[in-house]
Amino acid sequence: MTGLPGRVLPCGERAVLVELDRADDVLGLQAALEQKPLPGVIELVPAARTLLVRFDPQWTSLSRIRESLIGVSPVDIPPVAADEVVVPVVYDGEDLADVASETGLTVAEVVSRHSAGGYVSAFCGFAPGFAYLTGLDPVLHVPRRSSPRTRIPAGSVAIAGEYSSVYPSASPGGWRLIGRTSLPVWDVDRARPNLLAPGTRVRFSG
Amino acid sequence: MKLEVIRPGFAATVQDLGRPGLAAMGVGRSGAADRGALRLANRLVANPETHAALEVTLGGLVLRATGLTTVAVTGADCPITVGRRAFGLNAPFTLRAGEELTLGTAAVGLRCYVAVRGGIDVPPVLGSRATDTLGKLGPPPLSSGMQLPVGHDVAGFPAVDLAPRPALAVEPVLRVTAGPRMDWFAPDALATLVSTVYTVSPDSDRIGIRLTAAPLTRTRHDELPSEACVPGSLQVPPSGMPILFHADHPTTGGYPVIAVVAEEDLDVAAQVRPGQRVRFRAREW
Repeated sequence: MTGLPGRVLPCGERAVLVELDRADDVLGLQAALEQKPLPGVIELVPAARTLLVRFDPQWTSLSRIRESLIGVSPVDIPPVAADEVVVPVVYDGEDLADVASETGLTVAEVVSRHSAGGYVSAFCGFAPGFAYLTGLDPVLHVPRRSSPRTRIPAGSVAIAGEYSSVYPSASPGGWRLIGRTSLPVWDVDRARPNLLAPGTRVRFSG
Repeated sequence: MKLEVIRPGFAATVQDLGRPGLAAMGVGRSGAADRGALRLANRLVANPETHAALEVTLGGLVLRATGLTTVAVTGADCPITVGRRAFGLNAPFTLRAGEELTLGTAAVGLRCYVAVRGGIDVPPVLGSRATDTLGKLGPPPLSSGMQLPVGHDVAGFPAVDLAPRPALAVEPVLRVTAGPRMDWFAPDALATLVSTVYTVSPDSDRIGIRLTAAPLTRTRHDELPSEACVPGSLQVPPSGMPILFHADHPTTGGYPVIAVVAEEDLDVAAQVRPGQRVRFRAREW
């Protein structure tokens, strides 16, 4: 493949948003830009279908960044076994029964399908350390709750849409709670505060 | 040396220049909403510009110093008194042991900054002492009885008596450039944005400045997958009323961003009060 499989959108005077044709290319483009950094680029922020490219306007310009990006192809990210994080889960979430009835599965089937998946952290957002994990069994793609909970405890394992996640700290939230983990995925006092950084492979063990 | 909070006022936090560069882990920049005012306050007391100071919304703060120090107040124009002595904005002055510094209610502007020589020396979190009100990082907001340690690291000696600053605009104009999702709006949405007078809503905060006026018309109504946002993003939820993302904005958002306010104008935006009117002007596109 040659060139950028997506389009470059303006995002103010100090950033562009690259919208990729395929969600799978987001981390590949990020890897390409980390291997061969463009001059003046100071931050890359992946999300569902986009990569935000922030730059220092004293070093480069919007037009120069746009021109350079058009020639960049995503690269394959080599899977690193050491990067896999195993999240131990007690599957007793408040929404487990609802998820089962909505998907036509038994609670045990929901649990086995969720814990059988191989997940990848696609991006973080919503709260520090809140990772959107792709790889959720399509049968388990259920919408968010229509009214969010005002407080969800840290360590809650949840699903919504095509993603699964672990609430890194207590917060409000609308995702479906299916279990909880004792593994702290976010700890500011750790050398690596964010256990589920984008690109990290994740498994849930029940 | 410590500063003791006697009364925090309406809302006050510790702020520095924040945590840039950590958005990929869901951590926003945070830091002072009016970064220029924080930097100036630090310079006036001869601190490095990166030191932590106090961000005080609308005034009302009362502090007591446990030792002799130099302080300076910048930003919103609020009455400054120590005992029966009055002091001016943008000018360093001495606070002696046991003396109480009182900030009255700001007459113009929203946020003032109180820098103390040596800086507020609370433990840094991820490289910054700023309170991120959305991400819940850094020290808690100021409350009565809180003891704030003051550091020793300074950049020299205070060298000026006064830093003249222009008055804050009554009806500020914020410059915007194109946002990533302009094509989700009616073709005349940009013209509407730059020709409408917006009123700042009372439910504005460090996360976002909510604006009310005639709604912007969206032509695409599908759900936008989460995407990263920059400070200054004008995000438009289904109501059509834009939200200007400020210091503690979420790192990703799910509503289309029509335009982005210039970084230099975010300091101006930080000083607009609920009920005040603002306008936008398109910069070279």
